[in-house]
Amino acid sequence: MRAFSYEKPGTLAEAAAAGAREGAKYIAGGTNLIDLMKLEIETPAHLVDVNGLGLDRIEETAAGGLRIGALVRNTDLAADPRVRRDYALLTRALVAGASGQLRNKATTAGNLLQRTRCAYFYDTNMPCNKRAPGSGCAALEGISRQLGVVGTSEACIATHPSDMAVALRALDAEIETMRADGVARSIPIGEFYRTPGETPEIETVLGAGELITGVTLPAPLGGAQLYHKARDRASYAFALVSVGLVLREDGTGRIALGGVAPMPWRVEAAEAELGEGAAAACEMLFAGARPTEQNAFKLPLAERALAALLAEARS
Amino acid sequence: MPSDFETIPRETGAADGAPPRSEVSLTINGRDWSGVIDNRVTLLDLLREEIGLTGSKKGCDHGQCGACTVIVNGRRVNACLSFAVMHQGDAVTTIEGVGRPDALDPLQAAFVAHDGYQCGYCTPGQICSAKAVLEEIAAGVPSHVTRDLEAPIATTAEEIRERMSGNICRCGAYANILAAISEVAEGAR
Ligand SMILES: Cc1cc2nc3c(=O)[nH]c(=O)nc-3n(C[C@H](O)[C@H](O)[C@H](O)COP(=O)(O)OP(=O)(O)OC[C@H]3O[C@@H](n4cnc5c(N)ncnc54)[C@H](O)[C@@H]3O)c2cc1C
Ligand code: SF4
Ligand code: FES
Ligand code: FES
Repeated sequence: MRAFSYEKPGTLAEAAAAGAREGAKYIAGGTNLIDLMKLEIETPAHLVDVNGLGLDRIEETAAGGLRIGALVRNTDLAADPRVRRDYALLTRALVAGASGQLRNKATTAGNLLQRTRCAYFYDTNMPCNKRAPGSGCAALEGISRQLGVVGTSEACIATHPSDMAVALRALDAEIETMRADGVARSIPIGEFYRTPGETPEIETVLGAGELITGVTLPAPLGGAQLYHKARDRASYAFALVSVGLVLREDGTGRIALGGVAPMPWRVEAAEAELGEGAAAACEMLFAGARPTEQNAFKLPLAERALAALLAEARS
Repeated sequence: MPSDFETIPRETGAADGAPPRSEVSLTINGRDWSGVIDNRVTLLDLLREEIGLTGSKKGCDHGQCGACTVIVNGRRVNACLSFAVMHQGDAVTTIEGVGRPDALDPLQAAFVAHDGYQCGYCTPGQICSAKAVLEEIAAGVPSHVTRDLEAPIATTAEEIRERMSGNICRCGAYANILAAISEVAEGAR
């Protein structure tokens, strides 16, 4: 691991200014960043510890929703009584991710910004456009079973690995940030992640040093809220495919998918097809999909997972 | 501008080009410890290499096995994915603090009674994790197998298995690990 200096600021303004300095990076739970620093995939010269900023509360908003601090741990978010009651999809997605130990450290912001688990991104001996821009993509001709089928590009077919983000996408969360100059903004999660295109190393619309301060959820949607995660072992494994579903009494609802794209995947038009069943919805969700031979199974797997959830929601 | 970083308070040793170090004080198994350490030292390496508490194990060093599980401020975490400098003021419990050979914790005794291990490498992490699991269920923290998110959670075998999935046992002693934890859970009820 490369050497780094360390500071733990006590105010948002100090943190946002420190994070914008050359070579600096924020650290929250550390469960993704430290992993990548050990492999020298991430090599920050300076770490800004954001654990002292008081961003660890969940508050009710005037609009009837919730504001979740950036540093709220995944365990605490999943266990919050308001989340369990009103945003069950979020609890279910969170507890499908990682392990109890990891969820105790993992934070809301860190989870959103975790990097891909593509094996070639992790293997510094292999070409990878995301890790080393311009070096090529080893996955295109390599083992791509875990990787993306839609929203990908010629340069990168990696997926975003978060379960939590799938729920937040279906629930229309907004991500609140503060820039180095102290200016705050709110970004709908549908506009937060970028498709890889030619620049897979750029994953979100965040500017240099832009600090995530929290995530807001609009007023509860109600309805049945379910999450299905298909993976190679029953627990403590990343998704091959995951499906988040909200189905309301009037038949309207939301669908978001994980494990298939460089971001939590949602196509609003597909939700109008919910009454027609899983096949019709998946046709729209996977319009333009470009699976590889090895991961084409993800399309029928997603469709069957959605069909199972629809049946469960209606029973 | 990395040179700016040399002026940051609480940090020593950066000016002479040596890897930056920081002062940290924390409590480990009820005893205070303080020292100046390289910022790169993980909590696991602090415990094992600097302090000599070798009960916590390094299986993977990447959060994938749970052998390094310790309890920080009452919560189980992977000590390998945590920098020691980030634990200023924290209270850490390792397997050495859970119990001693002459005063075993009920979970330690149950692991012995049920043969909850073969080589024993994963066992300190399993036991630290299991202690926290029983508390998490009692506190109503839901898991992936909890069906009703609002009702009290029963300590079933299914719940214990799911919650212990972050602790891998290379020897496959899972059935006996489950039996040991279930016995303690029943005793507590
Ligand atoms: C073995 C293993 C299995 C896992 N399985 C799953 C799984 O099944 N599903 C799943 O969803 N996840 C899984 N994870 C990933 C885990 O959820 C993430 O590591 C975790 O959520 C990251 O949160 P953190 O707070 O530890 O982030 P950190 O590691 O601290 O940070 C991650 C990134 O976010 C940035 N960052 C952190 N906070 C802020 C902020 N406030 N503002 C701006 N930038 C910030 C950091 O600079 C860094 O780039 C797994 C991890 C491991 C190690
Ligand atoms: S899919 Fe993306 S992350 Fe994986 S090797 Fe290709 S460029 Fe790298
Ligand atoms: S050594 Fe920490 S999880 Fe494996
Ligand atoms: S007893 Fe050998 S790894 Fe678990």
